[in-house]
This record gives sequence, structure tokens and C-alpha cells, in this order.
Amino acid sequence: MYDFQYHKPATIADAVKLLAADPEARPVSGGMTLLPALKHRLNKPTSLIDLSGIAELRGVRREGDAIVIGGMTTHYEVATHPQILAAIPALARMAATIGDTQVRNRGTIGGSLANNDPAADYPAAALALRATIITDRRRIPADEFFLGMFTTALEADELVTGISFPIPEKAGYAKLRNPASRYSMTGVFVAKGPHGVGVGVNGAGPCAFRQAEMEAALSANWSVDAVANVKQSPDDLNSDIHGSAAYRANLVTVMAKRAVADAG
Amino acid sequence: MNVTLPSAVSSGGIGARVRRKEDLRFLSGRGQYTDDLVRPNQLHSWILRSPHAHARINSIDTAAAMAMPGVVAIYTARDIEAAGLGGVPCGWQVTGKGGKVMAEPAHPVLASGKVRHVGDPVAFIVAETRAQARDAAEAVEVGYTSLPALPDLRAATAPGAPSLHDEAPDNICFDWEIGDKAATDAAFARAHKVVRFETTNNRLVPNAMEPRAAIGDYDPNSGEHTLFTTSQNPHVIRLLMGAFVLKVPEHKLRVVAPDVGGGFGSKIYHYAEEALVTWAAAQLKRPVRWTCERSESFLSDAHGRDHVTTAELALDSDGRFLGLRVETLANMGAYLSTFAPAVPTYLSATLLAGVYTTPAIHGQVKAVFTSTVPVDAYRGAGRPETTYLLERLVDVAAREMGMDRLEIRRRNFIQPDQFPYQTPVALQYDSGDYEATLRQALEAADYAGFEARRAEAKGRGMLRGIGVSTYLEACGIAPSKLVGQLGARAGLYEVANIRVHPTGSVTVFTGTHSHGQGHETSFAQLVAEQLGVPIDMVEIVHGDTGKIPFGMGTYGSRSLAVGGSAMVRAMDKIIAKGKKIAAHLMEASVEDIEFADGRFRVAGTDRSKAFAEISMAAYVPHDYPIEELEPGLEETAFYDPKNFTYPGGCHICEVEIDPETGGVEVVKFTACDDVGRVINPMIVEGQIQGGVAQGIGQALIENTVYDGEGQLLTASFNDYAMPRAATVPDFTVLTSTTLCTHNPLGVKGCGEVGAIGSPPAVMNAVVDALRDYGVRHVEMPATPLKIWSIIHGGGDALPQAAE
Repeated sequence: MYDFQYHKPATIADAVKLLAADPEARPVSGGMTLLPALKHRLNKPTSLIDLSGIAELRGVRREGDAIVIGGMTTHYEVATHPQILAAIPALARMAATIGDTQVRNRGTIGGSLANNDPAADYPAAALALRATIITDRRRIPADEFFLGMFTTALEADELVTGISFPIPEKAGYAKLRNPASRYSMTGVFVAKGPHGVGVGVNGAGPCAFRQAEMEAALSANWSVDAVANVKQSPDDLNSDIHGSAAYRANLVTVMAKRAVADAG
Repeated sequence: MNVTLPSAVSSGGIGARVRRKEDLRFLSGRGQYTDDLVRPNQLHSWILRSPHAHARINSIDTAAAMAMPGVVAIYTARDIEAAGLGGVPCGWQVTGKGGKVMAEPAHPVLASGKVRHVGDPVAFIVAETRAQARDAAEAVEVGYTSLPALPDLRAATAPGAPSLHDEAPDNICFDWEIGDKAATDAAFARAHKVVRFETTNNRLVPNAMEPRAAIGDYDPNSGEHTLFTTSQNPHVIRLLMGAFVLKVPEHKLRVVAPDVGGGFGSKIYHYAEEALVTWAAAQLKRPVRWTCERSESFLSDAHGRDHVTTAELALDSDGRFLGLRVETLANMGAYLSTFAPAVPTYLSATLLAGVYTTPAIHGQVKAVFTSTVPVDAYRGAGRPETTYLLERLVDVAAREMGMDRLEIRRRNFIQPDQFPYQTPVALQYDSGDYEATLRQALEAADYAGFEARRAEAKGRGMLRGIGVSTYLEACGIAPSKLVGQLGARAGLYEVANIRVHPTGSVTVFTGTHSHGQGHETSFAQLVAEQLGVPIDMVEIVHGDTGKIPFGMGTYGSRSLAVGGSAMVRAMDKIIAKGKKIAAHLMEASVEDIEFADGRFRVAGTDRSKAFAEISMAAYVPHDYPIEELEPGLEETAFYDPKNFTYPGGCHICEVEIDPETGGVEVVKFTACDDVGRVINPMIVEGQIQGGVAQGIGQALIENTVYDGEGQLLTASFNDYAMPRAATVPDFTVLTSTTLCTHNPLGVKGCGEVGAIGSPPAVMNAVVDALRDYGVRHVEMPATPLKIWSIIHGGGDALPQAAE
């Protein structure tokens, strides 16, 4: 990696100040995407703002009918937290399938959402559960947060501080892993929540998206059969050596069925 | 035939499940790998590699890079040529049809004039730190003129394809044949049926756990060069690098291969980086080190497999094989790696008889240069390719003949009473019992119960299939005279030097090399057994040309069959000398001395001397036949094998396919292998399990993909799929033994059988699982995308690069 300055602020305000002062600075949470990119010299930030020293970014709490998870909460913590296990067990199960043990102990929910890798798991859950992304300056509904491949509504110096998930009546998740990277080839998160039915899809397209036809079908009839006949169009889906667009389109339906079965 | 194990099982001798002596240091992080070694005042290096598959080098400007902080030297082809260094040599010369020797283009240490694959080394940058060397590499300006890429066999053999090397205008390295064409044609002329089959053996990246590394050191006082390197065969590196590249004689060149974290063939070869660090260290009078990055290794280490083959099998009306015709295109990559020409020919086509009595065989191999990383031996080396071809072909033939897959095999098996069996393709098999391994595997796999399991799976919406592979391989390489006739430029004997110390402890210096195989344990068992000393009194030393007389290293499942046999021969000499000493001490005639269980006895009496008493006498020769016998107790043996060894057996795989996703899961795997006498069953099981894991990897997920521009698409673990714990099932690994008849231990070798026997078993199971879909063949790897596309009839759903 190239040389960079290293900062470890103790407050969100200090972190934002550092980021605002230098457009080439990058925040780092778990570093599970950024550090490999640095090692491969694909990224040349002037400085890294390490968020691991900011206590405000940690913790899981219940706020009314929602679970609020701090941005620096690791996948392992999400997978094992008693409140999440009780309120949104599908989210905990999803977190338990991210990467491997090392990644789950380093990677964070805030980092994953801010990175918005098309094959990351969380964006589908955030969409399906109608989550709200909380930043240092505003609250952004998930529907307005994920804009495109590795692109979000975040401003350059804006930090994800937490995410609020309305507690659903039921939710489920299923994915097929890419045989090489083990990222999601296609994953579908389904939820029946206070704001309606949500179906979020990751891995299939350049950005996680909601599958509206499936949401309508499940709203009318929450069952595996309801989504079994909804076909996803392969147009605009990802195609690579591991999965064609047609294959991924098929997986959207298959994983939706399995996610509904998982939700019960 | 059942073999009675010798007595010492309980004491850690042959047949005991001794825990691996080396594992404590490996598992506790105390292994000493090349990259762990720190030399005083060392320099670091970085290789600037070609970003192009095929391009002319117009200019290299290093001025800006040289001015960067910490940079000590930057070398390019001009420096290498000015110094008079040679190119990287090839260790095997194949002679093709009509006596035409292979085209052997120069393989410069640093690319000269042209680059021929992405990753071809262009400049060698030496600096005080690794980061400085890498920074400077980015500042080296290379002017390229891009030339058309030859990314695969099809492109390189197309009419009018551009030439990669002037020495091979048509990109053909050699066009070679084996067997009797006329007899084979005659067999086809009277065939009841001819089954035709085409297949590609997918290209693999070896991916040993430890990436390659090399450290060059030079002592200006003695003029001695030392190379520390991640090698499976330090003496071979000394020979190739010293004699052909650096022109340094053996007594001034020491090569050390310390702990090495896996090789699978990829660390056999002499690589340019080894020569560069050794040479640069002498130029700069400072140690120079290089460590490969994981991503870099995809572009710098020899790949494996990559054959495209067409086969025809002639059968009579009873399903007996009458003749076999095989034509293979073999990818050599951009340059000839050390053993590359031998892989598709003498290590592959010579196996075309398999375990069957096919009387007439004709094989042809065209080796082709492409603008890709060089291709060479990878675990199994040629034998997996032929085994896969044969065992898929036999299944296809059974189906087209309307015969049972087991029956067609049994009808064609070489029978136990036919050994030694001379095949029509050069090899003479010494022993085997293919029905025995088949029967044992069928029982262990509950083959008879399969249809019930298939029906149960169907109830769950899953497609279950079972596949069988009955195979053999040729390893324990190899008789020097024979391989010399076949083009090898070295002998393939092995060397053991056994030093018995005064108190009776033993140090064994072996020319083989252990990089995961557990030699420190199994060889110690072998020595403990024969000399009758406790296993903890035996130390195995390998991997240092400064300590070991000579050796050809570890590959081709040769270490025990050849290296172990050398130890037996050396120990025979030790015991013979010990008998003379014992005879003197006990005032008996040498002929009356017996040696067993660590004691020299006068036959028929209760007089005896312990092994340690004799060794002490040898080193303190006060009462000693000094007039006729030298003091000391140390012997060396060079063992040249009389034949290859022929392990074989039966692998049975059961898979379940999820028709909705195309995902294939191996749910059951049974192997029954005949590896000859087993020294340590635990180590043998581990070797077979590891080989099977790699075989399942090849069959289901591993694949190396270049795009049309010759860029490697699968250039990291992000896109190159490796088998993981979840990819492999619990194995049932069994052995059924017939002894090798021509080496003193009766051993055959177990390092490669897993990777050789398993891929066709997996693929036969995949095709069987799809039996309701009219599928004749599925190419490896059977990825979810491919299987789903087959099931859903959407062949066009496959993107080009994945075909």
C-alpha cells in the first residue's frame, strides 16, 4: 500500500471534521474492503480516519418498534446479539453468513452499507425491512440510500452512524454464494413489516433493489407459491463468468421462494 | 492379496499411525519458511511484469525509477544479456513424429524483445525496502507495441495465427505419437461400435498455501552463492540454475529449500526469480530477497492441465475394447517450463491403457505455445488428464452399448494373473488387483443401495447420481535409462546418506523434499523399523545441497518408492558393516550373524550385541577389525528404480444436484486405493484426502479463464474458486494392497492418487444425476451456472468465457 496519514478520532464530530478538511481522506471501519484495495494499490487516500475509537458508533438498542444498530457493530455482534436474535432473527442469520469468521469479527454493518457492494448482504435487508440509515447529519430511508454500484446518497464527509430496522412480523433470507468469492451471487431478503411487505435483492444487479412484483404477490398471499411464478427480468442484471444475467434472474425467484420458506 | 504387516507397528515402525513429528512446529507457527529467514543487510526486490499477453518491447526507461528513494539497482534484459546469463532451461526434450525434436525457444530470465504472457518478468527492481522497490517499479516506463494475443489452444492453432516465437512459427512445440497406428486402425476396422468423445481438461492454478519466495546471498570471500528457495528439489535447481543460467559450478552454489508450504508440482521448476536474486546478490554483495504476492502467483507460477482431447474407442459386440485412438492438444503456455513437454506425453499418453486390456492404442499429442503462463506438472501431472478421459469415455461407451457401467469395466480389466502386463503404450505394469479395489469400494459405498437413496433424494427435489472410476497411475518416477531414452535430461534416481552416530542415533540425509507429505515421520518409521531403533532416535534431513550428497527431489509420488528405497539400500550397507563388527566382537563368523529388532545375534546362540554397541565400536575402534574395516558407520546409496510404480484403485462419488440452482454437492465419497505397502496409514489417508479435495475442486469449481486479449480473468481468489471445507464431504478412504514387485519396500506411492482417481468419479456422478435430462457429457468444472444451463436447456445462457 501507499503511505497515508492515520487518524483515530474519539468522536463522530472529530471524524467528520477530519473528513471535511481533506477530500482525499477515507474513513475506515472494519476495513474488509478498503484494506485489500490498499494492499493492491488500487486506492491512494491521503489519510485514513479509523472509526474504531468512537464509542457513539457502537451498540444495539431498541427504540420503540425498531432495532437501532450502531454503524461500527460487527457482523459477529449482529449475528449473536440477543435483542436482534429476538426481534429480527433473519437479520442475525444473514449476518452469520457474511464472509468468514475473520471477516465477521472485523467487518461492520455501517461499513457494508456505506460501501454498497452489489454482492454485499446487508443492502437487501435494509431495503426489505424499510430501514433508515442514520448519519451524522440526517436520516435517509433505505429506498433513497442505495444509488448504484458502490454508490450511495452519502456525501463525501458524511458518516453512517447507525441503522434503524423496523421490527417485522416475519422475515427470511436465502442466497447462493459465488463459488469463488463466497459473496452473494444472488440473495433475497423478504420481510412482512409495519410498513408492508419488502423484498430486497442483492448480488443480481449492479445495486441491491426491491422486487416490486414479488412484494405485491406476497402482500396478497404470503406464501412460497406466491413468488414461485414471479419471473425476474434478466435485463440490466450482472453477468460474469460465474453467473449469466439469465441465471441470476432465475436465482431471484429461487432465493425468494427459499427466503419466504425461511421466514415461515 | 493381503499383506502381513511387520512386527514394529506398536513401536512406531512400518504400519503404525505415528503422529507427524513436524506438525508441532507447523501448527504452533514455528516453521521456518523461506520468507521467515532474515539475512543481515538484506535488500528487497519487486518484479515488474508485463501487463500485455503479447507485445513488442520498444523501450525501457529506468532513469526516473533509479532516482527514487532506496532504489539500489534495476535490471532489465540488457543487463542479463551483458552478463552472459543463460535462459531458463527445459529439463525434457520430446522427439516428435519423424524424429523431429521439439521447438525449444529461449526463455529469458527477463523478457527480451517481446513479452509473451501477462506476468512475463520485464524488470527486476532492488531496493532497501519492498515498498520502495514496488514504488520504483511503477516509475519504470516500458514502451510496448501490442501484438495479437494467443490466449488458448484454438487461437494458437488457427490457420494464419501469429507466431509467439520465431523458433515455432506455427506455435507447435512438437507433434508426437505413441503406439501402433496400423494395429489400431485394424482394430477399428473390425469394431462392432466406435464411441467418440471430446473433452477439455480444465486449466488449474496450483495455489500452494505458501507463495513462492527466494533469497540470494553471496560470500565474496569464498565466492559461494547461496539460494534459499521454496523448492521441491533443491539439487535440481542447483543443476539447472548453476549450469544453464548463472554458469556457477556446484561447489560454489548452495541451494536450501527449508520448510515449504505445499508445492503440488508448482515448486518443482526453476523459476527466473531464483536466478535473479542469486545473481543480483553477487552483483550487489548484499542478500536480495523476493516474495511472491498471492495475486502475483496467479501470473508467475506454472499452471496445470489444459488439454483438449478427442478420443475414439472401438468395441466388439460384447463390450470388449479393441482399440483406442486419442488426439490431444496440450497447452505449454508461453515458454517451456522444466517438465512441461513430458506431461502430456510420457506422463499421460503412456497411461492410455488404464486398467484395461485394450490391445491396440494410438495416441497423438500436439504441444502448443500460447500467450499464457507456462503450464507444467500439477498434482498428478498428465495422469489425471488421461484418467479423466478414459473413465468418462468408458461411462459414455457403457451407455452407448447399453451396458452396465461396472460390467463394461470388469469385462475389460487386466486380471491379477496377467501381471506383469505389457501395455501397447510402453509401460509394463508389475502388480494390481482392480477387481479387489472395485469390490471393496462398492461395498463401502453401499453401491447396491444407491437407487433407494436416489429415490429418497428425488422426494426432496434433488437429483442424486453415483459415479465410479477405476484407474491406475504410473509414479515412483523413474528408471533413469528409460527416461533418458524418452528425452529426460536428468536421471531420476534418489539418494540417501545415513549417518549412524556413536550412541546409535541416526541422521538420514535424503535427496527428496517434504513440503507437506510428512517425510520426517514416515521416513523415520521406515528407518526405525529396519535398524530397530526408537523413532525418536531418527532425524530426517532434507532440502540443503550443502548437507545432502545429491537428490532429485519430490514429485511424481516418488519420495518413498525411490527415496525410501535408497534408504533401505543404505541401511542394508549399514547392517552389513555392523555384522562384520559384531562378528569380530563376538568372535563369530560374519555368515552366522543375524540382525533383527535392533540386535546383532550369533545365530543359534544367546550371544548378541545391541545396535548402539556396534555403532559405538565403529566410532571407538579399540576392539575392532581395523585392518579390514574402516571405522565409522555412515553409508550412502543411490537407488535407481527398475520401473515405474503403479498405484490404482476405485473411487466412487455420490452427488446431489439442486435443479433450481444447478448447485452440485458431493454427499459421499469412497476411495479404495492400492498404494502398495503402507508405512503410516494416517499419513496415507491424509494424502489421499488432500488429493481427492483437489480432484473435487477440479471437477466442480476450479477453472482458469483467459479473455480474448490474454488477460487472466481468474487472477485472484475472488474469481478462481478453490475447494473449501464445505466443498468436500466426509471421505471414506480405504486401502487394498498388492505389493510393488520391484522395489525393496513394496511401496507404490500415494501422493497423487487422490487427484488422479477422483475427477472422473465426480463427473460420472454428475452425468448420472442428470440421467433424466438426456445428458451425455458435462465438461469440468460442473459449476452451478453450467448445470443450471444444461437442466434448463439454455446452453446460450452460458457466457462465452465460461464455456
